[in-house]
Amino acid sequence: MCRVLEADGLAAFRGERLVFAGLSFKVANGGALLLVGPNGSGKSTLLRLIAGLVRAEAGRLLWGGQDVFADLAEHAARVTYVGHLDAIKPGLTVAENLAVWGNRVALEPALAAVGLTQLADLPAKMLSAGQRRRLALARLVLRPAAIWLLDEPTLGLDTASVERFGSMLAQHRAGGGVVLAATHLPLPLPDAGELALA
Amino acid sequence: MGMFLIVLRRELRLSLRHGSDTVAALLFFVLAAALFPLAIGPAPETLGRMAPGIVYVCALLAALLPLDRLFGADLEDGSLDHLLLSGLPAPLVALAKSAAHWLTTGLPLLIAAAPIATMLRINDDALPVLLLGLLPATLLLSLFGTVGAAIVLGARRGGVLLPLLVLPLTVPVLIFGVGAADAASGGLTARPHLLLLAALLAAAIPLCPLAAGSALRSAAE
Repeated sequence: MCRVLEADGLAAFRGERLVFAGLSFKVANGGALLLVGPNGSGKSTLLRLIAGLVRAEAGRLLWGGQDVFADLAEHAARVTYVGHLDAIKPGLTVAENLAVWGNRVALEPALAAVGLTQLADLPAKMLSAGQRRRLALARLVLRPAAIWLLDEPTLGLDTASVERFGSMLAQHRAGGGVVLAATHLPLPLPDAGELALA
Repeated sequence: MGMFLIVLRRELRLSLRHGSDTVAALLFFVLAAALFPLAIGPAPETLGRMAPGIVYVCALLAALLPLDRLFGADLEDGSLDHLLLSGLPAPLVALAKSAAHWLTTGLPLLIAAAPIATMLRINDDALPVLLLGLLPATLLLSLFGTVGAAIVLGARRGGVLLPLLVLPLTVPVLIFGVGAADAASGGLTARPHLLLLAALLAAAIPLCPLAAGSALRSAAE
């Protein structure tokens, strides 16, 4: 089945400021969209809007022709969001940080996907910035979600980790998943479309 | 229900790892209550008469201590976004937080209240009623506190605003809770006071999570 994420005339405020308006795009399954633009242009706000965290002031967002804002709980199940904050609790171990958010069976594959298997029992406060980022990215593998929303996903990652992340992205897209990413760094997303925000 | 328990378990695990919040609230409760005999004198009659009020006020203030971190830590590290995207509606996230606050702060305060009240020479008849009243009262403090913590989330000087917001809400809890213990102490029935506390709790259980959930959604934007 062809599932398309389609935005039509989206507008959003950040506080009192209109961040963007009249934003439209379309991403089919297996597709990817890179959000580009200067700081403050609304890339993160758009990702948060698609996740359902920010309310759209105008416009529609459709997934497979259905309005996603009509049932946010259902939409949450099809979205995995990795924001620019890692959402890691330093008092918990690496494995415990992941176990909170998903299936325990998927824990090992998720840790393996980001190369953190050896550190599973280490308190997260001992991790470096790059390792913390890898742990945040492990959530993508933890539960199946059709739409990956990524805000500066490779910030702080070394070359090997970026390559590993590229494989995760390719596998997700090959399975029909959709990727939307905001970044200022090169991302391993071949054939991705671009949406420029002013 | 499954996700609710997962979030509750997460909160309890985090509290256990950072046990300092619970210990700080308990120590504050004990120390604040221990100041009263020094301030007003050790006369058993005076202390005994004031004991329910002292216990309630100290418990109320102690319960406020961990509230600014209830959602604040999750907002700072980005976990709040994941809680809101967990599939659990925001009011139930707030309810799980309230339950965790009660289990890690309200319940320990309730348990500590017995020796504190005894130290303050509370009337023997009033002690069981005081503890019975503290059960809904501490639950109410957690529910009101959760609403306050969610509303001030992200606000500048939220730690100062929080008590200003929560303390007025707790006035009925204070009045009926202390009233119940005073009634028992005077040989009267405490039932009406306790029923009013129960009625407040029955109203707060559905309403407070709704209010806190809306505030959380607003803070996440």
